[in-house]
Amino acid sequence: MLTFVGKRLVYVAPVAIGVSIVCFLLVHLAPGDPLSAILPVDATQETIEQMRAAYGFDKPLPVQYALWLWRVLQGDLGTSIATGRPVIGEVGRAVVNSLILASVATLIGFAFGTFFGFVAGYFRNSPLDRAASAIAVFGVSVPHYWLGMVMVIVFSATLGWLPPTGAGPDGSGNWRPDLAHLRHLILPAITMSVIPMGVIARTVRALVGDILSQDFVSALRAKGLGEFGVFRHVVKNAAPTALAVMGLQLGYLLGGSILIETVFAWPGTGFLLNAAIFQRDLPLLQGSILVLAMFFVLLNLAVDILQTALDPRIERG
Amino acid sequence: MSPETEPLVKVENLAVAFRGGVRAVDGVDLTVRRGEVVALIGESGSGKSVTLRAIMRLNPERTSRVEGRIRVAGQDVMALPKRALADFRGRTVAMIFQEPLLALDPVYTLGRQIAEAVRRHEGVSEAEARARALAMFERVRIPSPERRLDAYPHEMSGGMRQRAMIALALACRPQLLLADEPTTALDATVQIQILLLLRELQRELGLSAIFVTHDLGAAVEVADRIAVMYAGRIVEEGSARQVVLSPQHPYTVGLLKSRADGALAKGARLVTIPGSPPDLARRPPGCAFAPRCPLADEACRRDPPVVSPAPGHRAACWRVPGADAAEPAQRADAA
Repeated sequence: MLTFVGKRLVYVAPVAIGVSIVCFLLVHLAPGDPLSAILPVDATQETIEQMRAAYGFDKPLPVQYALWLWRVLQGDLGTSIATGRPVIGEVGRAVVNSLILASVATLIGFAFGTFFGFVAGYFRNSPLDRAASAIAVFGVSVPHYWLGMVMVIVFSATLGWLPPTGAGPDGSGNWRPDLAHLRHLILPAITMSVIPMGVIARTVRALVGDILSQDFVSALRAKGLGEFGVFRHVVKNAAPTALAVMGLQLGYLLGGSILIETVFAWPGTGFLLNAAIFQRDLPLLQGSILVLAMFFVLLNLAVDILQTALDPRIERG
Repeated sequence: MSPETEPLVKVENLAVAFRGGVRAVDGVDLTVRRGEVVALIGESGSGKSVTLRAIMRLNPERTSRVEGRIRVAGQDVMALPKRALADFRGRTVAMIFQEPLLALDPVYTLGRQIAEAVRRHEGVSEAEARARALAMFERVRIPSPERRLDAYPHEMSGGMRQRAMIALALACRPQLLLADEPTTALDATVQIQILLLLRELQRELGLSAIFVTHDLGAAVEVADRIAVMYAGRIVEEGSARQVVLSPQHPYTVGLLKSRADGALAKGARLVTIPGSPPDLARRPPGCAFAPRCPLADEACRRDPPVVSPAPGHRAACWRVPGADAAEPAQRADAA
């Protein structure tokens, strides 16, 4: 198992380098000059050249990449052009917030998704299945920013039960595990959980249907197991795939929650990316994309390892 | 009848219909005495596996309808409540499946799967159940049994998997063993080993067994009696000798002729039965084999009578001597 983890870690290295190159180039492919955002409109050519040299934009791309990577490896993602603060701090804070939101949303989605999936899979083609499947399809297809606005209208504006925006009452953007902060988490987390709920429900339904039609389920009944005994086997057989899907969903939510974080003004990576794009804050944009991409790579690694631990058929070598 | 003379298995007029109108089994009577091995043979779709599964009520309840009477070891299987049925399965009757790789849970070790059955039926500790699993592995002669207990199904060869399946089936000392084509998925050399092992264990443990196969050679090897199924009915039944040496039903004769063992000279054509089995959703009236039968005539449009040419030997056919005098067979669906 340890050698397997070691090997998988080695495979991660080329992926990580590739990701860093893409991150670096993406920003350079984008139109517009980042300096134009901070330079006055009437800046002289001389000033512009000075600034370009100060930020290193005058050097050839490979050199820029090498310098950038070297600093990144030392934990220096540069300085935000808009705020003047180190990017690493900004991204770190946002990542923590996004991670909290995404994990809570994934857990909610996983709990409901597996429940609906098992119900639908066990009672295939019954009214129960159709109801559970309808919920799953709704979850996958509803535009979540729209759902978020509806939630705000219903639970904040009309009923006044929950705060509509922000991560906490002080507006600091630092989430803490207390009741006031928890109240801020509920609406965005539920809104966000709808997607993984739908995806996981559909996956689990297909899985359970497939597992139940296999010979070994007959064989389990033939050896005298009751419904609960069979259910335990079904769960263990469904777990590796269901967990893999959950892990990937967590990855998507970490990076792909721009819309929800914007609707709820949740100070996470999506919110940060949004701000960075509109302010042409190049170092911040680059830093956030890189961190998010690395998260995705690591998450895939974690899912791989977890799956191997759960399913003996996956090669451990 | 006293418990000693009562047969272990008595199936009367069993009919299994699936959603969509397919009558896979259509009036099967089958008796198995204690310590007896009966082989059910027939081609694919003749209803032999469905009959076997019906004895354990393993056919899917939502999509199949089962009629008739099934008594096993003094219990009315059709009337068993859920809990008693689960106790009955694995304990009184156990089953060996055709393809052990599919019939074993891929994510549990073999040892755990056997121990699970033992604990389920005997309520013993995990350690005792594992000891039983080990003893069973030794009994079915799996090499290095201690280590193999911790193996997953995919880590073993086909023959070893089937041995493990047999160990699992026999772990709770059942009285009746149902084997659904236990050697079909195996290599020819391994098939013989498994057959010999099954026969040996059956004799040692005094088991009764029903053996479903489409391999006449395998049936002769293990069975005391052979029942030949065609289109959901038993068309001929008798001792293994009777059926093989003096087959009465034209279908049995055809099956025996179409074997390719040894004597087939180079260049000689293998004798086959022309045509294919009838659609079980629309079975023709009378003898279902008539459309493929070289001896069929007008009489075969009526349900054939059951004729007994010798004690213990029965065939359902108009062409068997004495058929004209015999009573037509009684069928549940005759009305």
